[in-house]
Amino acid sequence: MLRLIRGFEELALTLVKSGEITGGIHPYIGQEAVAVGVCAALRPQDVITSTHRGHGHVLAKGAAPDRLLAELLGRTTGLNKGRGGSMHAADFSLGILGANGMVGAGGPIAVGAAWSARQAGEDRVAVAFFGDGALNQGVLLESLNLAAMWRLPVLFVCENNGYATTLPAVTAVAGSATGRAAGFGIPAAEVDGMDTEAVRAAAAEAVERARTGGGPGFLECRTYRFEGHHTMERLMKLRYRTPEEIADWRDLDPLPRAAALLPPGLAAQVDASVAEQLAAARQFAITSEHPDPAGALDLLYADGLRPRAGSTA
Amino acid sequence: MRLSYTKALNRALTDALAQDPAVCVFGEDIGAGLAGPTLNLLDRFGPGRIVDTPLSEQAFTSMAIGAALSGRRPVIEFQIPSLLFLVFEQLVNQAHKFSLMTGGQASVPLTCLVPGSGSRDGWAGQHSDHPYSLFAHAGLKTVVPATPTDAYGLLRSAIADPDPVVVFAPAAALPVRETVTWELAPIPLGSARIHREGTDVTVVAIGHLVHDALAVAEELGPEISVEVFDPRTLHPFDWTALAASLDRTGRLVVIDDSNRSCGIGAEVLATAAEQMRLVAPPRRITRPDGTVLPFAPGLDRALQPQRDQLRDAVRAVLK
Repeated sequence: MLRLIRGFEELALTLVKSGEITGGIHPYIGQEAVAVGVCAALRPQDVITSTHRGHGHVLAKGAAPDRLLAELLGRTTGLNKGRGGSMHAADFSLGILGANGMVGAGGPIAVGAAWSARQAGEDRVAVAFFGDGALNQGVLLESLNLAAMWRLPVLFVCENNGYATTLPAVTAVAGSATGRAAGFGIPAAEVDGMDTEAVRAAAAEAVERARTGGGPGFLECRTYRFEGHHTMERLMKLRYRTPEEIADWRDLDPLPRAAALLPPGLAAQVDASVAEQLAAARQFAITSEHPDPAGALDLLYADGLRPRAGSTA
Repeated sequence: MRLSYTKALNRALTDALAQDPAVCVFGEDIGAGLAGPTLNLLDRFGPGRIVDTPLSEQAFTSMAIGAALSGRRPVIEFQIPSLLFLVFEQLVNQAHKFSLMTGGQASVPLTCLVPGSGSRDGWAGQHSDHPYSLFAHAGLKTVVPATPTDAYGLLRSAIADPDPVVVFAPAAALPVRETVTWELAPIPLGSARIHREGTDVTVVAIGHLVHDALAVAEELGPEISVEVFDPRTLHPFDWTALAASLDRTGRLVVIDDSNRSCGIGAEVLATAAEQMRLVAPPRRITRPDGTVLPFAPGLDRALQPQRDQLRDAVRAVLK
């Protein structure tokens, strides 16, 4: 899965560069251990809410790479029929309640899903992924309070990659991420977000506690994005991180670390199979149909209400 | 049966909760029933369905969205209309957009109930807005019932609707009572109601202003035949019924308790001018642009649409 996410993102980057993906993407490269570690601790019926940097979470929860890629290309075969794109990719059949373009917005939605599960007597757990930037969104802190007061089965996963776009977390987050959770009485742990196994172990513990009525948990995964905040950054030549810093984190790349745990030869086999899968995904996505502009607002209302046209001429 | 507007909302919630186990209610002070519509619901349906929330409007609104995405039909009661500004992100940017953004995978059957929208004497700047036009503009289904029967029927339909709906119960309509001799029933969203037929001029009145329009129509009765048209829902708006009304009268006055610029009154005039039969320039009576209601009662009233303004406007379109 690490390899799949990495390869998917690399493929997406080439498609951004060639202009086939419009609007750009927020690459997840470097952070794969978080999505893979957390989702490995989940059951199929568990649900997640994701972020603007959501491809990794969506794939790790089981979404089909060809349909995710088709979504990034705005095709009818995409997960969201080409209506959501990179920042809103969702697959409700797999409990993926959507990537979300608003920082911190997925937190309370996960809390609502957890509340529903508990009311229905199901032992479903909800996971909210968010970045360090979301730690300063009031709505996320309100969500921590609600989840803690009502002991809801939610796991809050902070992917602290050190930067909210270009703003360093060290200049933005007073106190600590885990300290904020602790302030609400939520058990919180800091994890090496470059180590898939460490993330998985910490997530498994928190998920088990939530599932058995122990209330919410909070993980701060210290990680790093090797690429820019958004692909636009490449064109702008922004300088807010030193090459040395990036190189230091690249030394901690979660992929070789995970590959080293595999039996000899298996890593190469995985690489080959992922390459094949992604080539097929690319072919599927690129040859898929574009949506008909006449249906641009087809899905705006669930009851099929047709809004008035913008022009009456 | 003598039915008050607030009691009608209470009955609508009670019936919806009794009929569909997916319905639940979130809000502040709803256990005690502070605003009226949720009175006694906690005793009857319990804390698993009537959820008294901490003062965290943004979180519990999105939480209700998460519940809606998980198969529930949440209703949120907002104690004051200005709280809607706080949760604009949750309603407009999340709830409204989910269906399209997810390619139709999800719908958000969420109802927001705002009892006491608009001016309540002496509640001043941050408690007196009547922001229905904003929601119609953003594309959320927007409902403003004028009478107890309509309040019951439209709230029932809002709760049953698969999309998010905001129901504004105007403060000035809450004291309205009605003798009801028929069985209360859901009323489809997007259907207007003509309270009084007329042949000279159509007055489109929204929410509590329907009652003012009826009073003015009565008063002008001997000299001018006024049709009082209540759209009941602002989005979707029953344009077909309005066109039919204007085919009869050819003249239009709108009375609307929202701000003038980009208010729903502006939309009614524009649509009528573009597409409908008008034999005289239309008029509208609204709050002024960018209104903030001042505290002093005389100042508050000075900025709200008045009956004498309506009377003058009706006379003006007939000249």
